[in-house]
Amino acid sequence: MSEAITLRAWLLDPAPASRRQARFGRWFRAWLAFRRNGLAVAGLAIVLLLVAVAVFAPLLADRQAATFQDLAQRLQPASWAHPFGTDELGRDIYTRIVFGARITLTIVGLVSLIVVPLGLGIGMPAGYFGGVIDKVLMRITDIFLAFPRLILALAFAAALGPGIENAVIAIALTAWPPYARLARAETLTRRRAEFIEAAQLQGASTARILGTQILPLCLPSVIMRLTLDMAGIILTAAGLGFLGLGAQPPAPEWGAMVSTGRGVLLDQWWVATVPGLAIFITSLGFNLLGDGLRDVSDSRSA
Amino acid sequence: MITLEHVTVSFGSGASRVDAVRDVSFRVEEGAAFGLVGESGSGKSTILRAIAGLIPHATGNVLLAGREVGGRRTPAERKMVQMVFQDPYGSLHPSQTVDQILSMPIAIHKLDRAEARVAQALAEVGLGPQHRFRYPHQLSGGQRQRVAIARALILAPRILLLDEPTSALDVSVQAEILNLLVRLRRELGLTLLMVSHDLAVIAHICERIGVMNRGVLLETTTADDLAAGTVRETYTQQLLRSNSGFDSRSAELDVAS
Amino acid sequence: MTDTLLTVRNLRVTYPGDDGDFRAVRNVSFSVGRERLGIVGESGSGKSTTGRAIMGLVPPPGRVEADALRLGETDLLKTSERQFRRLRGRRIAMVLQDPKYSLDPVMSVGQQIAETHRTHVRAGQRAARQAALDMLAAVHIRDPERVYNLYPHQVSGGMGQRVMIAMMLIAGPDLLIADEPTSALDVTVQQQVLVILDEMVRSRGMGLILISHNLHLVSAFCDRVLVMYAGQVVETCEASRLGEARHPYTQGLLAALPELGHRRAELPQLRRDPAWLEDIVPA
Repeated sequence: MSEAITLRAWLLDPAPASRRQARFGRWFRAWLAFRRNGLAVAGLAIVLLLVAVAVFAPLLADRQAATFQDLAQRLQPASWAHPFGTDELGRDIYTRIVFGARITLTIVGLVSLIVVPLGLGIGMPAGYFGGVIDKVLMRITDIFLAFPRLILALAFAAALGPGIENAVIAIALTAWPPYARLARAETLTRRRAEFIEAAQLQGASTARILGTQILPLCLPSVIMRLTLDMAGIILTAAGLGFLGLGAQPPAPEWGAMVSTGRGVLLDQWWVATVPGLAIFITSLGFNLLGDGLRDVSDSRSA
Repeated sequence: MITLEHVTVSFGSGASRVDAVRDVSFRVEEGAAFGLVGESGSGKSTILRAIAGLIPHATGNVLLAGREVGGRRTPAERKMVQMVFQDPYGSLHPSQTVDQILSMPIAIHKLDRAEARVAQALAEVGLGPQHRFRYPHQLSGGQRQRVAIARALILAPRILLLDEPTSALDVSVQAEILNLLVRLRRELGLTLLMVSHDLAVIAHICERIGVMNRGVLLETTTADDLAAGTVRETYTQQLLRSNSGFDSRSAELDVAS
Repeated sequence: MTDTLLTVRNLRVTYPGDDGDFRAVRNVSFSVGRERLGIVGESGSGKSTTGRAIMGLVPPPGRVEADALRLGETDLLKTSERQFRRLRGRRIAMVLQDPKYSLDPVMSVGQQIAETHRTHVRAGQRAARQAALDMLAAVHIRDPERVYNLYPHQVSGGMGQRVMIAMMLIAGPDLLIADEPTSALDVTVQQQVLVILDEMVRSRGMGLILISHNLHLVSAFCDRVLVMYAGQVVETCEASRLGEARHPYTQGLLAALPELGHRRAELPQLRRDPAWLEDIVPA
């Protein structure tokens, strides 16, 4: 117990003695503020659960069972052998949900890896330089924003051909414009700040100013926005899967699973409902987490 | 050390062009302290930014250590001039520790002994190792301004520009910062150029003082003449009277309406 | 100074915090007559919170307590928020540092003054307009008809502060609280605003509480001065005799000010004595 108290004291020390202590202390304070928000913690728990399921999928279920077809066992209701029942080809739905978490997480991760750098890379220079550069970059952004997101993603996915990688690219291409706008707005409010002038005065290059001064201020709101967008990304991915433009069979993608189950929805409701619930809970988790992050950052700036 | 010859700074162009500073000339010798007083919009801060190279001047010459400089500066020219800003809350990056703030100029100029330099800069401004890894929000206004001064001094500049460095601080903290500036100037042989609206503050630091109004340098006087009230311009006399707190004679009520 | 407008006895303002209550104002007692009272102190001394407590503007979770807090015969401790709204403007008014934040940006300044007039006095459109124009003229605005139609962003800082004063005084309050009314203004404009404030207070026989960090200004402008430190009044004296102040804090502050014509190699720095933080028990 006494060790816990000293660790806490070390983290909350107002005069940290090292870079590491300062950084950990900052994270710990953010965590303390975050912890007060019950819904946000629930959201975080759901997201962590998803990650755990994806990572430990081979321990939680038998990999072969995800694609193992047993037509004699098709459309079975829930039982001890099949906790969520089986689908129209006799595959165990529980196993497919568990391995589907990996696909969902891959999509979410890859989309983030493309969207965040792209949005920042376009938004920060636009806000920092202004003038012609801003006009050109923002008009390009506007063009992408002008199309309805799902339709644009559909068009890209259809043009690139079905498949999970192409689905990721299609989603990313339609998701970045709001990030560019957000990064531009954050940059605009900061570019005349005195600490930017001080950096210029010290001879910092534009790249250094953008990278070390402006980027750290844009990242929190971008990450927050990304967390809130996750639900939308998951749903778009599921939508593409549902329409047959995402992951291809027999991959256990949740959207595709809902799609195949819709024909038997009335008689064997679990086939479509269970993956639908998985999509719903995951989206909810990211949404709650994003809301919580926003509350924390609001209360800090107020 | 600093020479301005007929310097004009303008913003915008064509019909919307505004001359923030018009035809200003003055010289500051090495090791001297020169002050610029004036009200908001007088152009005093604009001159400071033009000398720092943050904004280009339209016409005229700016000479630092005898060499003409423009809007683009070499690293050596950058190192020579540093500045302390008015707002200790806005001039430090909110999500960087003091250590990160002070390490950046060292990294930019690829200086050696980074650790020692940061520690020394902190010691110079009266801060200790316990302040090194704090974030700006964990510091008081006076401590922040000390960090800003340390950041300016870490490149060992010969000229220090001060833009109202104490106007956002409490009286007791102002005294500490002013004492610090006087001491640093003496120890490091700095040339100071200070801008303020407070005559008493500027006369405390500077021997020679320029009075600015609406972009024009009205007159150049000394701290002693200012104290004695032997000034030429009526505007300067008006400033002097305003400075004493409250004096009903100094207000010409209908002027500004 | 014949009659007392405001009585404050043992005022306490407390904000609950994570590690115990923060006592922003404590043990503060004073009274204001038809005079100019100055409250000076550094940031965090509780001077502004005192002003806000009198106006009933301490935001929750802050708590205001006092043995007595009376405006004339009205007990402000028993005044509901609704009653307070009627009181503000009518009997007690406040001018803040930056008029930009106090004025409605989408309404012309003249309309705002006329509107304020009509919330307190039964008057028609035309009469309210005339009252507003008279008030603008009273604060030495040369062309009231033109200024009447300007929007807040179109007026300068000094003009904005004159408009604020006109708006605050139009309902004829007994007491005006001015919190750093000139700190955002240029020095020469400050003088004009102060002269107007002085003139209005004198001609209407009002009481004024001037809250400021500027010792020179308060000692030159006010009749009496309260010096606040860490939430308490450490010294009360006649403004003209501030130079003879006895409390070491006041003396330290005065000494720390640079002075024209009295150049010192080093300014004496204020040494804060922990004893100053101890509660001053009211006699």
